[in-house]
Amino acid sequence: MVTTDDVRKIANLADIGLDDEEISEFAKQCSGILEYFAVLDTLDQDKPLVHERYNILREDEVLPSLSQEESLQNAGLKEKGYFKAPRVM
Amino acid sequence: MKKLSFHPDDSVNAFITTIPEVSYGDGPLSGVTVAVKDNISTRGIETTCASKILKGYIPPFDAHVVTLLKDAGAAIVGKTNMDEFGMGSSTENSAYGPTLNPLDHSRVPGGSSGGSAAAVAAGLVDCAIGSDTGGSIRCPASFCGIVGLKPTYGRVSRYGLIAYANSLEQVGPLARDVSTLSRLYSVMAGYDPRDGTSVDRPYSHTLSADIKGLRIGVPDDFFGEGVNTKVAETVRKAVETLESLGARAEPCSLPSMKYALSACYVISTSEASSNLARFDGIRFGPATDTPKSWHDAFSEQRKAGFGKEVRRRIMLGTFSLAAGYYGRYYQKAQTARQMVRDDFDRLFKNYDVIASPTMPDIAFKIGEMKDPLQMYLSDVLTVPANLAGVPALSVPCGRVEGMPVGLQLIGRRFEDERLIDTAYAFEQEAV
Repeated sequence: MVTTDDVRKIANLADIGLDDEEISEFAKQCSGILEYFAVLDTLDQDKPLVHERYNILREDEVLPSLSQEESLQNAGLKEKGYFKAPRVM
Repeated sequence: MKKLSFHPDDSVNAFITTIPEVSYGDGPLSGVTVAVKDNISTRGIETTCASKILKGYIPPFDAHVVTLLKDAGAAIVGKTNMDEFGMGSSTENSAYGPTLNPLDHSRVPGGSSGGSAAAVAAGLVDCAIGSDTGGSIRCPASFCGIVGLKPTYGRVSRYGLIAYANSLEQVGPLARDVSTLSRLYSVMAGYDPRDGTSVDRPYSHTLSADIKGLRIGVPDDFFGEGVNTKVAETVRKAVETLESLGARAEPCSLPSMKYALSACYVISTSEASSNLARFDGIRFGPATDTPKSWHDAFSEQRKAGFGKEVRRRIMLGTFSLAAGYYGRYYQKAQTARQMVRDDFDRLFKNYDVIASPTMPDIAFKIGEMKDPLQMYLSDVLTVPANLAGVPALSVPCGRVEGMPVGLQLIGRRFEDERLIDTAYAFEQEAV
């Protein structure tokens, strides 16, 4: 069961900005969905997992990449060749 | 360079962007019109993922598949509508309005690559590319009566595909017939060092309709509860057609099926919660000069820019990964994923191909699926292939209530060719 407090906390962690109406709507829907997902919790955890992923490394050579201008072309706010972000403090 | 004009009569809202004057070169696909799903980066052409948060975003580079298509002479004529960031099975979750099913405008085309499938089915383009995270190519192919392939994981580069759930998704082709699909796929597959999961398995295949001796497994679990009996019957008849061509079919079982949907959604939403953290309105998307703090500014941007389903999935993913829940959801989902892989490995010792319905039902009515979980459940037959990384294809195999039914064929890793041949054999016989 997901409470409205849980939803508020998670929404805050994920920065997704919910209004009060959405908080109760999401609490109800996520409860139903997580209840369905609960079938997973009946599984034993001891099954070994086979990972086929491995690190792909290359020599540290300079390859063609985006120019500073291209990197900034989609930014709404920029200053002196940098992205401008909201204040942290 | 040659040029063509593209002014489609897009009565089904398949496109978000069209390109009225297209240049193309020589090559194996010279002049073939291709529509590209709007989550695949196209240099100089707006790429929105059907989201407000990317409105106005012009990629400064091409996705690897787009480069390959252009090098092959294909004419990229537009960017197609989709469920926002690939999150949906109906193409209703789009900031640009729903796409309609060309065969019945009151129904959905499926999703999330619904615009790509509808553009192909309506005859607006020769073929299209989409992406498939839990069925997003096969579902709309099934609902619109065309052919769609989710390749073996790693065979097509994901470089430039705007990520939803990296470990599950692949870019793949959609076309009205198997030979066009095969032609398109032949220029898409191959190694790309810019995708860390890329595998050097190019596709260069001459179609063969000879399927004598092919061993087909027909898993009971894919015909059970929730599957429309008429759809199931149509698919079983299609399997009989394959038998009449020399294949041998046998019932089998995939017991991990009961965990597959939950596992796929836990994994995809978890990956999404991380992937979509980059959409904060700073490097792309609408930014506003604000005196607000970082958190408040981001929350505001993301509430205004993301639709409800996207925020719901970020929410579910963040929850699944949160301390205290990780062991119950994300870790167990990985265990279930391994079980699905093991089940397929076991089945593929005895069978060359697994056959099932692609979707549990025909295309539903627009607005009919109101509950999010109900919509997720419609992916139940397509998600196992994404979990296992195996190739899967949907080919039209008949109609129920006038709407197309898709036959899903699932194969061993790197045996996309066999699926394509089986579909080709079926298509030759069924036409």
